[in-house]
Amino acid sequence: MSSTGANLVPAETELIQRACQGDKEAFYCLVHPCERGVFTAAMSILNNAHDAEEVAQEAVLKALTALPRFRGECKFSTWLIQITINEARLKLRRDHRHLYESLDEQQTDGEGEYFPRDFADWRDIPSETLQRKELREALKRALDSLPPKYREVLILRDVQHLSIQETAQVLGVTEGNVKTRLLRARLQMRDALTPGIDGSWSRGKQEFEKVRPW
Amino acid sequence: MRVIEISCLEVWREISNYLDGEVDAELRARMEAHFKACAHCKAVLDGTRNVVKLVGDGVEYQVPEGFSKRLYAKIKEK
Repeated sequence: MSSTGANLVPAETELIQRACQGDKEAFYCLVHPCERGVFTAAMSILNNAHDAEEVAQEAVLKALTALPRFRGECKFSTWLIQITINEARLKLRRDHRHLYESLDEQQTDGEGEYFPRDFADWRDIPSETLQRKELREALKRALDSLPPKYREVLILRDVQHLSIQETAQVLGVTEGNVKTRLLRARLQMRDALTPGIDGSWSRGKQEFEKVRPW
Repeated sequence: MRVIEISCLEVWREISNYLDGEVDAELRARMEAHFKACAHCKAVLDGTRNVVKLVGDGVEYQVPEGFSKRLYAKIKEK
């Protein structure tokens, strides 16, 4: 292990050194701030909280074993998320071998372009309404309806706020793939949410009223 | 700066990059001019921005209760 990895903060370097010497408490301190990121990364692929927790635990234990080989070429959290993504994909393939799209297919984005389906204009969403139950349920349904490879990118970028470069690294795709998938994910989410529940928008009008997406 | 027109199709292709600040100054100016003139693309832009805001708080991906405790136990027993 290198203690001079450019992406490591000094406290992290010390924790890694101690963890490599068998200090489990130090390893837990290292992993603790990444717990949400690890769980969310697993969820982005498995979309099931029970499976995601199981995979997150496996990934963390794998990281403990592999820690002496960690070179600090990326942030520790990015490295851990990368392990988690790989574990989640393995689980998906083990459990749904016949259903899972092949890794080859994951590398390409050859489905043609995605065009927005409608042009209703949303109102800006006031912060106080973000927690409304119907909005959260509509959002969950829209996330569930996304194909996995778009959901992965959307979650890593817009929920976990990884950079485009980090997202490409953990998924093992190009930055161009990340941008293309993110565009499609965001547009599909918008289309899935746009018609809204209050029905104040109707397709026939020339002028588009602003609508609420819930 | 002279702004060259851009089609709706090109705007849709770049709308996500635009939100992420991943377009160059020239393309940004062309897109901004287009948004002023095209209500459809402005609607797509606003809605897409709202999607980013909506998913950004991560409420749908809260860590289950007891997750940290169970993870700690796994680490200790390894």
